[in-house]
Order: sequence, then C-alpha cells, then structure tokens
Amino acid sequence: MAVTKSDVVAILSEQDVVLARQAVRRLAQDLGFGIVDQTKLVTAASELARNAVVYGQGGEMRWEKLSDGARVGLRLHFVDDGPGIADLKLAMTDGWTSGHGLGLGLSGARRLVNDFEIDTGAGRGTRVSVTRWK
Amino acid sequence: MERIPILRMGDFLLVTIQVDMHDRLARTLQDDLTSQIERTGAKGVLIDISGLEMVDSFIGRMIANTSAMSRLLDANTVLVGMRPAVAITLVELGLSLAGVDTALDVERGMKLLRARLAPSSRNGRHQV
Repeated sequence: MAVTKSDVVAILSEQDVVLARQAVRRLAQDLGFGIVDQTKLVTAASELARNAVVYGQGGEMRWEKLSDGARVGLRLHFVDDGPGIADLKLAMTDGWTSGHGLGLGLSGARRLVNDFEIDTGAGRGTRVSVTRWK
Repeated sequence: MERIPILRMGDFLLVTIQVDMHDRLARTLQDDLTSQIERTGAKGVLIDISGLEMVDSFIGRMIANTSAMSRLLDANTVLVGMRPAVAITLVELGLSLAGVDTALDVERGMKLLRARLAPSSRNGRHQV
C-alpha cells in the first residue's frame, strides 16, 4: 500500500470544520468515490473535526490518498493535543457524551468508514485515523 | 452577523438552507426560527435542505430540536428535500430523526402543512 499524496489542514475553529469537510469532499471526488461514499466520508470527517475543536481544543487533519494494487482509498488522521479520552470504551458508546452533543460523533463516524483506529489516553491528546476504500 | 433567511408565507415560515453551515450558524437559525414562530404566530415551518450535501449529528440535532421546539409553540415542522445519500448516511450515523415529519419536496411539504392546518384534521393526522 502506498501513499500517493498527502497534506495537512488546520482545524482550530468551527469555520475550519466546514473547510475540512469541503476538502474531504474534493479529495473523495478526485478519487472517484460515488455520491454515497463521498457523503459518508465527509460526514465522518465533520464529526471528527468537530471533536478536535470542541474537545481537543483544536488540532489538524492530515489526509492521505492511498493506492493498494487496483484499489484507491482516502485516509484521514485527526490529531489534537487536548485532554485526551480517559475512558475510551465509554466514549465509543452510542449516546454517551461528555459535552452537549448527541454522543454519536465517534461511534457514528466509525460506522461510516472501513477502518477506524483511535489512540488516546488521559493527558495525551487524541489521534483518530479513518480510511475508506473505493 | 451571518444568518439564514426565513421567509413568511401566510401561516407558514419557509427556510431554505443552501450553504454548508458551521455550528454557530445552525444554532442561530434554531433561535431565529423559534422567535419568529412566537412573533408571527406561524402554524407551520418548512425546512428545505435540498441544497445540503451533508447532515452530520450537529445539524441533525438542530433539525430535531427545531421540530420539537416548534411543536411546543403550536407549529408543525416539515423537513423536505433530503438527498438520498444524506438519508443513508444519517441513518448509519445513528440518527433517524424519528420525531420529524418529512416530505420529498417543497410542494408536498406545503400540502402536508396545509392539511395539518385544516379544521378536519384537528383530531387526526392527514395523509398526503
């Protein structure tokens, strides 16, 4: 599997969440994703970008276009240096929220992608990586 | 401040969301709609999201909240124009907007709101 192109988008404000999902839309279109897959990726990106702003005190999204034999994909890494998540199992539960949301951000985003990885812990920020293959 | 315009059509309020909303804009719309219902005595709210390429949990919650708040203020809300890809994604995300009335397009949405307003439907729901 090879990364054919990558770049970083800062996510520091609510406006940046909009810019991040627009960037993901363009990337997914470039890779030839269908409209449903595009929408799923953009929606997952929106949830994770918002988490980075609201809970992570801002961070960044690194995107990577992937090529693996005949198939292509898009991987997104959302990284923040916020307080991290102490109880990951609880945070991944549908409907559980530490803030004012619906508690669907992490668990919902996981359902919208093919691969989902999260690395976090109290005091060490949060890194979420998601991949969707065409 | 940036705002989504709300149009008044007789007893109804009409909102067409055409921009990719950031969270504060969505919150402002929710506040504007509830205060307009109170101010105008509107009996129905039609929200057209045919221009939206994505509805995430935040925007979904804004729609569900607006519908619930309108109901408490004696106004029905109908959501129209959701794109199929948005519906598929929203349900997989875990948000089915169960309490929100929907119609395929503005015309059918208006028909539904008018039916709700008709005296004959006071005690029951109309099918459109």
